[in-house]
Amino acid sequence: MFEVKVLGSGCRNCATTYQLIQDVCEENAIPITLEKVEDLAQIMSYGILSTPGVVVNGKIAHAGGVPDKKAVLSWFKAQCCPGNESCC
Amino acid sequence: MFERLADFLVYDLAQLDATSQMGAALHFFLMDTAKIFVLLGVIIYFMGLLRALLSAEKVRAYVRDKPRWLARTLAISLGAVTPFCSCSSVPLFIGFVEAGIPLGVTFSFLIASPMINEVAVVLLAGILGWKIALLYVLAGVIVAYVGGALMELFKPERWVEDYVWKIRVGQTQLPQPDTSLRGRHRFALGEVKEIVGRIWLWVFIGIGVGALFHGYVPEAWVVEHLGGQDNWLAVPVAVLLGIPLYSNATGVIPIAEAMLGKGVALGTTLAFMMSIAALSLPEMLILRKVIRWQALALYVGILAIAFMLVGWGFNLL
Repeated sequence: MFEVKVLGSGCRNCATTYQLIQDVCEENAIPITLEKVEDLAQIMSYGILSTPGVVVNGKIAHAGGVPDKKAVLSWFKAQCCPGNESCC
Repeated sequence: MFERLADFLVYDLAQLDATSQMGAALHFFLMDTAKIFVLLGVIIYFMGLLRALLSAEKVRAYVRDKPRWLARTLAISLGAVTPFCSCSSVPLFIGFVEAGIPLGVTFSFLIASPMINEVAVVLLAGILGWKIALLYVLAGVIVAYVGGALMELFKPERWVEDYVWKIRVGQTQLPQPDTSLRGRHRFALGEVKEIVGRIWLWVFIGIGVGALFHGYVPEAWVVEHLGGQDNWLAVPVAVLLGIPLYSNATGVIPIAEAMLGKGVALGTTLAFMMSIAALSLPEMLILRKVIRWQALALYVGILAIAFMLVGWGFNLL
């Protein structure tokens, strides 16, 4: 189970990112808990200046702009199918 | 090339008369749509290749702890080459404040960022010529420099919302960006998709308004009311009109093209462009989250006056 947080003060790019992660994980049957973090103090505590940011299991995986599908998959790859490059 | 394409579509295929209002407007619309979107894709892609190496967090690191003049110069140049989605303004603002970067420098950055960017510059150069592109950048840099410095004189610190001072930016390890050529290519493609997806509507609206202006507004009326140096009121009206109107800097260019083509004075056009690109209601509402309305009013006031001075200055040239 991955714990994923989308950091952003509620702009459109943040909503898009949230939806993208949800879709990609559903498609690939990756189990996650997805959460939106809109509180500024909390967002800034992760040390990012550009939103949306994405935190996976407590570590910053992405900051600024909407990530692409490949990037989203790469965050989980290490644990969903280690060693298998063609898997996702 | 784009002109010939539009010629063919409008005059040959649709059999419209080049001198009719409809024909002129449609020709303008098709030519600008093709030209702007092709240029847009190409520029954003190549800038994306370079920008894969730059981030807001790096900008902050460059600017902090520098002497003020250097900090401001850096902030403006970095603001010009990095397009930030306006929803990032708040975290950026807080991050700058927390790094001890003077507020005036932060304001210079906030002014420069939406107004000057490589997309607008290359489009301006491609459509209106290098001279006007250069003048626009020069005026933008001066406004950002002086505007931020002026803001500082009023000690805007007292208008920053209290909670901002209390926020601490964490020290987390950011993911290492993929700086291989393939990684940068992917980043650049993503940038094209993201930026075009964000601004295409503004660009279309801009081209549409430009086309209507080009096709339907009579030149004699324009020259009488908006051209020349005698009518000094045209500049403040252009600036005031630009405040509630909002568009991306790119979307304004076709409007400016049509205005200049009909004989609106250069200074008036530049003032109008800057006002639309840099002063917008949504941006103000976002900034309101971190500064009180007194600071916002000052910000709008200083910029409006600066744009008028730019307008009058260029009209005198």
